[in-house]
Amino acid sequence: MKHTISALVENEFGVLARVANMFAARGYNIECLTVAETLDPTVSHMTIVTSGDDKIIEQILKQLNKLINVIKVSDVTETDHVERELVLIKVAAEGDRRAEALRLVEIFRAKVVDVSPDSLMIEITGDENKLRAVIELFKNLGIREIVRTGKVAMQRSQKTKAARKPVEEAA
Amino acid sequence: MKGADIFLECLKREGVDILFGLPGGVTLDIYDSLYDCEGLRHILTRHEQGAVHMAEGYAKASGKVGVALVTSGPGATNAVTGIADAYMDSVPLVCFTGQVNTYMIGNDAFQEADTLGITRSCTKHNYLIKNVKDFPRIVREAFYIARTGRPGPVVVDIPKDVSRADAEFVWPETVGLRGYKPTIEGHIGQVRQALKAILGSSRPLLYVGGGAISADASDAVIRFAEKLNIPVTVTLMGLGAYPASGPCYVGPLGMHGYYNCNMAISDCDCLFAIGPRFDDRVTGKTDEFSLKSVKIHIDVDPTSISKNVPTQIPIVGQIGRVIEQMYEELAKTDPKVIEAFKKRIKPWWNQIAQWEKQNPLCFKASTNGKVKPQFAIQKLWEVTKGDAVVATDVGQHQMWAMQYYRVNHPRHFLTSGGLGTMGFGLPAAIGAQFAKPDKLVVCISGDGSLQMNIQELVVAVEHKLPIKVMLINNGAHGMVTQWQRFFYKRRYSASQFMQPDWVKLADAYGARGLRVEKPEDMEAGIREMLKVSGPVLLDVKVDPEEDVFPMVPAGGAVNKMILPESPLS
Ligand SMILES: Cc1ncc(C[n+]2csc(CCOP(=O)(O)OP(=O)(O)O)c2C)c(N)n1
Repeated sequence: MKHTISALVENEFGVLARVANMFAARGYNIECLTVAETLDPTVSHMTIVTSGDDKIIEQILKQLNKLINVIKVSDVTETDHVERELVLIKVAAEGDRRAEALRLVEIFRAKVVDVSPDSLMIEITGDENKLRAVIELFKNLGIREIVRTGKVAMQRSQKTKAARKPVEEAA
Repeated sequence: MKGADIFLECLKREGVDILFGLPGGVTLDIYDSLYDCEGLRHILTRHEQGAVHMAEGYAKASGKVGVALVTSGPGATNAVTGIADAYMDSVPLVCFTGQVNTYMIGNDAFQEADTLGITRSCTKHNYLIKNVKDFPRIVREAFYIARTGRPGPVVVDIPKDVSRADAEFVWPETVGLRGYKPTIEGHIGQVRQALKAILGSSRPLLYVGGGAISADASDAVIRFAEKLNIPVTVTLMGLGAYPASGPCYVGPLGMHGYYNCNMAISDCDCLFAIGPRFDDRVTGKTDEFSLKSVKIHIDVDPTSISKNVPTQIPIVGQIGRVIEQMYEELAKTDPKVIEAFKKRIKPWWNQIAQWEKQNPLCFKASTNGKVKPQFAIQKLWEVTKGDAVVATDVGQHQMWAMQYYRVNHPRHFLTSGGLGTMGFGLPAAIGAQFAKPDKLVVCISGDGSLQMNIQELVVAVEHKLPIKVMLINNGAHGMVTQWQRFFYKRRYSASQFMQPDWVKLADAYGARGLRVEKPEDMEAGIREMLKVSGPVLLDVKVDPEEDVFPMVPAGGAVNKMILPESPLS
């Protein structure tokens, strides 16, 4: 089963490598991974989509937690959360197809971000289901190129505020 | 203050008194500062792998953090095997590696290696110091990470220009690592549940691993086991956590463990695991492992729990503290419940004794005039009264040492259990002797393993260390030949080899070389070895056809052992 894992990590060089390395070294799969700075410039947020049975997911969570630079890890899959992904699609848009493409843009509340005589570049944000549906429809029109950001996820309510008290050891 | 001096000052603040290493261009500033540094002893090894194993031996024997210092590139890559070894066996270690100047990193400079990248998978954590100002903080964190929680190796990469740069020395009084907070106290609900499961069982077994030793929890284990009279089996890494002479001891378990222990773990109804990893060399086939038992597992490292075998009652915490908590709960328990438990498990004790009688650990006495390796180790145990610190290498001799050298104290059996590194024994013994100058330290090695770091023998000579190396010489990679005998129709592919003259080799290094070829000379040989004051290499020519029994074939069920009389042998 697919799981979406949300992690707060120290914003330091090498952290992404450590996380990716943990997955690679233990043979776990990363479907997608996004990372960016949070409000606190010393902390980054990672969203990792992976798959595996309960035992594997439990190990992944524990192993992530074990990394010294990882501050907090949570599996948001089963919790109430919001997931979004951004996609850029370049579609063929000559003649009649242009009107059809613009109609789809309208329906899905997408945005046209670039125009050329025979194509349109469209930006769409949404969850997995919406994007799948949109991409299917645009496929019929003819997709020339597509790029996706990968998922970002955030838990609803207050729970994402990580405990960020430093660990202290007496001198 | 210069970076190199800051470094040494940091080591002193961390209580380091000895470091093992080998210099190179990029660490010359550090070595220059070491030249007239007081209070820090540097031991020059002959190979960086030797340096790291010495630091491991020192750490395992003393419980302190071992420290190694190597140069960049080839120095760092030579150290990797030792670092990986320390990682697998949870040895607290900090390895400092030199690095090329910061502005040259990434340019394929002379003797540059991506040390951070290379050691990422085999360290608990690693650092590259980019700014001399970070030096004290990073060293402080490195030692803190190495020794707390589940101990492990930390690598600190020091570029040459950082060790030459100047900064004010500011020692951070605290460590602030927001993502790292090992759990110490066990969850009290789980602790109670564990105790209830134990007291309700009829066939309990205590299964003790290396975690109990690295947590210095041996006393707690003894007290708990003896209070309830629970049979204790140990892993290779757990040898000494409970004394072999103690009343609850039943022996080591696993691939070459005692028959009664492997039967007991398969048949128990409550398995109380204290700091083992449920290694495949112990569990055998996991789907058939200890199916009748409720499993309780104490470990500081949550990733160890339910990794290989599902655990019903996990307790994350520092082992000594958790057992103490269990003990506190035990004090509140109705004594009648405890008495009833002790009575209930009597048949279980009888069953274990029965198994032992059925298939005791044994070997046949020599009939061909050749020394049996088991006999040699048993004699060593008798003569030393089981009191030596024993370091082993990897192979048959290691397994016989586990079986026949009955260890009574924690930190007295040093072996490479996780990585199984040939070449560990001799340098580890040297490190242990530095840690315990008054102890008798014996390295039990094989002719294959000893050749992997034999160059360190001269370090023992140089520092007048009275190390004794007992070489179980079978003219082959014995463990490999055993598998070839059992599973490959005796086709000895690449497992037999030409030997050096070990006595002359010892002589050449300035140690004493002795040789034993007959069983009747064994005891005298050992006594002679112990009488000599300096380092000795005792070459014991043993019967090359001898196999280690019992044996659980890899991937088989633990209770299905090949025994000495079985037709396969
Ligand atoms: C560095 C390394 N290389 C290879 C092996 C694989 N291996 C395991 S045991 C063994 C043979 C060990 O021979 P020896 O040291 O002579 O001990 P014996 O089994 O004869 O007692 C080998 C080659 C290993 N464990 N470590």
